[in-house]
Amino acid sequence: MLEYLQDREKQIVTKGKDAHDVEGGKPSLSGSVSQRACVFCGSRVVLYPIADAVHLVHGPIGCASYTWDIRGALSSGPELHRSSFSTDLREKHVVFGGETQLYQSLVELIDKYQPKAAFVYSTCIVGVIGDDVQSVCKQVAKEKNIPVIPVMSEGFQGSKKDGYKIACDALATLIGTDESLDVSPMSINILGDFNLAGELWILEAYYKKMGIQILAPITGDGRVKNIQNAHRAALNVVQCSGSMMHLAMYMKETYGIPFIKVSYFGIEDMSDALYEVAKFFKDEAVMDKARELVKDQLKNLLPALEPYKTALTGKKAAIYVGGAFKAISLVKALRLIGMKTVIVGTQTGNTDDYRLLKTICDDGCILVDDSNPIELSEFVKQTGADLFIGGVKERPIAYKLGIGFCDHNHERKMALAGYEGMLNFAKEVYETVSSPVWQFVHRTSSEKN
Amino acid sequence: MLLRHTTAKEVDRKALTVNPAKTCQPVGAMYAALGLHGCLPHSHGSQGCCAYHRSALTRHFKEPVVASTSSFSEGSSVFGGSANLLTAIETIFTVYEPDVIAVHTTCLSETIGDDLNQIVSKAKEDGKIPDGKRVIYCNTPSYVGSHITGYSNQVAAFIKFFSTSTPKKRNVINLIAGWMEPSDMRELKRIAKVMETRTILFPDMSGVMDSPLTGKYDIYPKGGTTVDEMIATGDSKFSIGMGTYCTQDACIKLENKCKVKFEVMEIPIGLKATDRFIMSLSRHGNVPVPDSITDERGRLLDLIADNSKYFYDKRVALFGDPDTLIPLVEFLLTLDMKPVYIVTGTPGKHFDEAMTEMLKERVPEAKFRSGEGADMFRLHQWIKQESVDLLIGNSYGKYIARDENIPFVRFGFPVVDRPGSNSFPHVGYVGAINWVTKLLDVILDHQDRTCAEEKVELVM
Repeated sequence: MLEYLQDREKQIVTKGKDAHDVEGGKPSLSGSVSQRACVFCGSRVVLYPIADAVHLVHGPIGCASYTWDIRGALSSGPELHRSSFSTDLREKHVVFGGETQLYQSLVELIDKYQPKAAFVYSTCIVGVIGDDVQSVCKQVAKEKNIPVIPVMSEGFQGSKKDGYKIACDALATLIGTDESLDVSPMSINILGDFNLAGELWILEAYYKKMGIQILAPITGDGRVKNIQNAHRAALNVVQCSGSMMHLAMYMKETYGIPFIKVSYFGIEDMSDALYEVAKFFKDEAVMDKARELVKDQLKNLLPALEPYKTALTGKKAAIYVGGAFKAISLVKALRLIGMKTVIVGTQTGNTDDYRLLKTICDDGCILVDDSNPIELSEFVKQTGADLFIGGVKERPIAYKLGIGFCDHNHERKMALAGYEGMLNFAKEVYETVSSPVWQFVHRTSSEKN
Repeated sequence: MLLRHTTAKEVDRKALTVNPAKTCQPVGAMYAALGLHGCLPHSHGSQGCCAYHRSALTRHFKEPVVASTSSFSEGSSVFGGSANLLTAIETIFTVYEPDVIAVHTTCLSETIGDDLNQIVSKAKEDGKIPDGKRVIYCNTPSYVGSHITGYSNQVAAFIKFFSTSTPKKRNVINLIAGWMEPSDMRELKRIAKVMETRTILFPDMSGVMDSPLTGKYDIYPKGGTTVDEMIATGDSKFSIGMGTYCTQDACIKLENKCKVKFEVMEIPIGLKATDRFIMSLSRHGNVPVPDSITDERGRLLDLIADNSKYFYDKRVALFGDPDTLIPLVEFLLTLDMKPVYIVTGTPGKHFDEAMTEMLKERVPEAKFRSGEGADMFRLHQWIKQESVDLLIGNSYGKYIARDENIPFVRFGFPVVDRPGSNSFPHVGYVGAINWVTKLLDVILDHQDRTCAEEKVELVM
C-alpha cells in the first residue's frame, strides 16, 4: 500500500480483509490535510439555527466571516441567525484585553436587535489572552434582563465533536428557565435536526399527524422560549447522535426525560423513528396513526423509487461525512436504490460506530477515519465508485475524478429527510450519477492513455 | 425580509461589527500560496482555521483546495506550537511531497509567540527538509489588517525567500498580481504575449484554481509560478505591482533586495487603469502597443458610446477590497455613473485618499469608509437613507439586493452563489467589455421587469 497510509493503518479497514477495528477519535497528526474542523466550528453549527437569538463571535473577524449563514438552516419566523456579529478583535485588544470590546458589542447588539437571548462564542485567542467572558456575560444578562450565554468554544481545545458538547452545555443553561408554554402529555423534543432545506418541517408534519406535539426543535427553526421549556417534554428524540447525545443524557439525568436515538434518512429508519415514538407513548391510537401514515407514504413512494432503482442498480458509492450515524443511514438508503457502498468514512466516528458500520457494509467496503483528499481519491480509483457523498471540501474532488456528487452536509439544496426526502435523495443521486457530462470526461482521459 | 432589523437611522457603534466586508489574514496567505507551483499552504494554528479557509476558497472557486494544518491542541497553546510545526514539516514532505511548504501563522500561534524563523531553522538543522525542497513563512495574525494584508504578506514572503539577483539583468518585467481571479491572471498573460513582452506573473492561480476536469485529481495542478521563475524575478529589470494593498510591500522588498525598480498601479479594471497598465508595459518592456490591443480598446469605447445613456447618473453602492474598488470606482465614473456609497473592511489610508480624489468633484455627496465600522450593515443603512440603482459586491450583497429590490452584480470574494467570476476576466479592455455587458444586463433586466407595462421597449 501507499506510504502515506502506513501511519494510519489502524484508521483504515477493508471489510472481509482486515480483522481489526477502525480506531476512531484519534487526534489528527500535525501536518495532515485533515477534513476536520475545530471546537468553535462544532459549537457554532449546533447553536446557529436558533433564530431569535443573536450569536456574537468574540474574536478576530475570520471566525465570524467564515460561519456567516453557511449552513442553510431555515427559520419560519425571525432571521437573526443569518447575520454575522463580531467583536472584530484587533491588536490593541490582544495586548490590553478584549473584555470592554465584548461588553460594548453586546450592549450595542442587544439594544439594536432586542433578541430573546445572546450566545457569545469564545474563540482561540480569547482563551489565550484570558478575557473573563463568563463574567461579562453575567453582567450584561443582569443589565439587559435576557439570557446571555457564554459558549466556551476556543478552537484549539479539541475537535468539532468537543464543540458539540460545549454547545450542549450552553443549551443546558437555557433549559428549565421557563414554564410558560402549554405542554401536551404527548410531547417530544427533536434533538439534532437543523432544518436544512426545511427538513424539520417535514418531520413536524408527520408527528403532528400522529397527535404528537413538538415542544422544542433543538436547534432547527429553534426559538429561545421553546428551548427554555424543553425540560417539560415527555421524550427526547435524538438524531445526529454525535452532536446531541450529551444534551439528551444531561436532560435524562437532570429532568428524568428518556430519549431514543433515531435517524430520518431512508424508509426503514424514518419509519422506525415514528414507530419508536408511538411505542413510547403506549397509545394504540398513536401507533395506528403512525402505521397509517407510513402506509400512506409508502404507497406513493415505493413505485416512485422504482425507476431510479432500476437505473442505479449495481452503481457504487463512496461516503465521507461528519458523523457515523448519518453514514449508517446512508448505507441503508443507498441499498434501497440498488447501490452498493464501497467506501465509508467519517470525521468524528468512534471505534464502536465503525464496528456497527462494518456489520452493515458489504465485503470489500473500505472503512476510514479522518481521511484526506489524497486517500479519498485513491480509494475512489481503487473501488471504481460512481458517486461521492460528502461536504463542501469533497465536492470538487469528486468532480475532478469525473464522478457524481451529492452534498449531505450544509449545502444540501433539497430536503433529504423523511419519505419526501428519500425520493429527493434518489432523484439527486440519479441526476448526478447519470449526468451526460461524465461520459465526455472518461472519453478524454482514455484517449490520452 | 432577511435584514428586516436594519434601520435607516445610523446609531453610533463603538465596538460591534455587523456583517463584515472583510475576513482575516490567513485566508489571503493561503490563496496567494496556491499561486506558486507545487506549493502546499500550511496553517500554523488550530485545525478549524485551515478547514474554514479551505472551505471558503472551495465555495468561491469550486476547486479542491489542499492545505495542511499544525492541528494545535490545548498543549500547544501552553507549551508553544514548535513541536507541532516540526512534526508537520516531516509529515508533509513524506506524505504530500510538495516542492514548497508555505507556512502562515494564525491569531493563536502569534499570540503564544511562536518564532517561525527559529522553528524552520531547527527543522533544517534536524534534516527534516529534504534537498531541493523549501519551507517559507510569513506572519499573518488574524487581528491585524484583513485577508488582503495576508495576501500581501505571502507575496512579500515569495520575494524574501526566492528572488535572487545575479550580475546579469534580464529584459523581463515582473507582473505582481494583487487579489484577482485566475481568469484575470490568464488575461494579463494574454496581453503580455500579444504585446510580445517577456514577463513573470506572480502569484499565478490560473491553472490552479480553475483547473480542467480530466478525470484525474492532482493535488498540485499544472499552473502556478514556478520556483525557478520566482528566483529569476530578482534579475528582472522592472516590476509592475497591481494593487497598492496587495503588492506595494513586495515591490519595495524586491527593490531593496535585488535593485529591481518598480511602479505600483491599480489592478487594470476599466478603461483608464488598463490604459495605464498597457502604457507601463509598453514603456518598460520597450515595445510598441500592437494594433490588436488598440482595436480592443476601440471596441470597448464603441460599446460604451452605444450604451452611455443607460449609465448616465445611475447611483451605485459598492463593497469589497480596496485594490479592486479603486479602479472599479474610476471605471464607473468613466461610464458616467455615480458611485455614491463605498465600503471596505480592510483598513488603510490609500483607499480614503483615492476615493476623496476621484469623487470630490464628480460625486461630492458620496459616502465611503474603510477599516473599523466599515461593514455591510452600515452600507445597508446608507442605502435605506437614499436608495441606489445598482449594488456591486460579493455574494453577501444578495440580502440587501433582495430586501431593497436593487439590481446586483456579484464581484469580489467570496462569490458563492453564481458561476462566472472564475471564467471571465475583469481586467484589461476585454474585462471592461465584460463589465459593461454585465452591468447593463442587470440594470436593463430590472428596468424591463419593473417598468410600467406600456413603457416596455423592445429596442434598447
